Amino acid sequence: MQLGPAHPIPALCPDLQKSSELFTLTYGALVTQLCKDYENDEDVNKQLDKMGYNIGVRLIEDFLARSNVGRCHDFRETADVIAKVAFKMYLGITPSITNWSPAGDEFSLILENNPLVDFVELPDNHSSLIYSNLLCGVLRGALEMVQMAVEAKFVQDTLKGDGVTEIRMRFIRRIEDNLPAGEE
Amino acid sequence: MRTRGAGRLLGREGRRMADAVLFEFLHTEMVAELWAQDPDPGPGGQKMSLSVLEGMGFRVGQALGERLPRETLAFREELDALKFLCKDVWAAVFQKQMDSLRTNHQGTYVLQDHSFPLLIRMASGLQYLEEAPKFLAFTCGLLRGTLSTLGIKSLVTASVAALPSCKFQVVIQRS
Repeated sequence: MQLGPAHPIPALCPDLQKSSELFTLTYGALVTQLCKDYENDEDVNKQLDKMGYNIGVRLIEDFLARSNVGRCHDFRETADVIAKVAFKMYLGITPSITNWSPAGDEFSLILENNPLVDFVELPDNHSSLIYSNLLCGVLRGALEMVQMAVEAKFVQDTLKGDGVTEIRMRFIRRIEDNLPAGEE
Repeated sequence: MRTRGAGRLLGREGRRMADAVLFEFLHTEMVAELWAQDPDPGPGGQKMSLSVLEGMGFRVGQALGERLPRETLAFREELDALKFLCKDVWAAVFQKQMDSLRTNHQGTYVLQDHSFPLLIRMASGLQYLEEAPKFLAFTCGLLRGTLSTLGIKSLVTASVAALPSCKFQVVIQRS
């Protein structure tokens, strides 16, 4: 088949380049697909968490390379970096940090608006779906790679009618490096 | 409180780069996930997973298309719509333009990207050629979806001769 010469390509719509919602749109398509693939919301939630974890363990390298943050000395510093650097960098929002436990091992991230859920409405038959559960997996996976075992879960969700979206983060323990036998 | 040097990265330009990275990670995980789920990993199973990915790309392409300013939707010629895909849509999605666009002026277009971002993480050359189709299905759907919002019905397929270069073939479907 004879094809004509390559065409010069003029810019017709420079505005499109300014907004890229590709991630949130793709995420929406993924959640829709998982709801078709799995029979119940719990399984979808687990799947999102697992996929998030797989993403988190790799995303941490990208984050550390881009942000140049140093090692965090305690969980409070970690919270600051998560909210003010990581969320800002990847999702363009800065959640606030509240509700510290007395022991300093639990805090909440409050998202006034969650960019993942723009234009999303939960259909009636998916009341147990944790739409943004991927985020919990990402946090868990990323922190594991920097030697922190944590639990992350949604305790409030604007999609379910709550005023804000709240992720509760709990420090479980420090993960010690396991050196191979024979190493000093 | 911000870390030093993070200022530039947190601005709009930095956000776009990071947004692209998030999408890439998500896409890779989706390919891995949809593959792993398939109970029938034979050639028939492979087609089903490719079409699921393509379908997801189609919906995203449609949604992207719906966000375009109204004026851009009135292209005088089909070729202008394809140029728009190659320049503006590709730049918005992959931060680069398509490297070449060819057509036979009879409804077939070949779009070539010498360095397709979703293939770059895979080794270059011929080593992972077999895996490449999985990484192209979503994007084929995305192109088909955006074109559909522009009022153009098409069939989009992709081929890879050597990573990370690939070609997308768009065949316009006339009713």
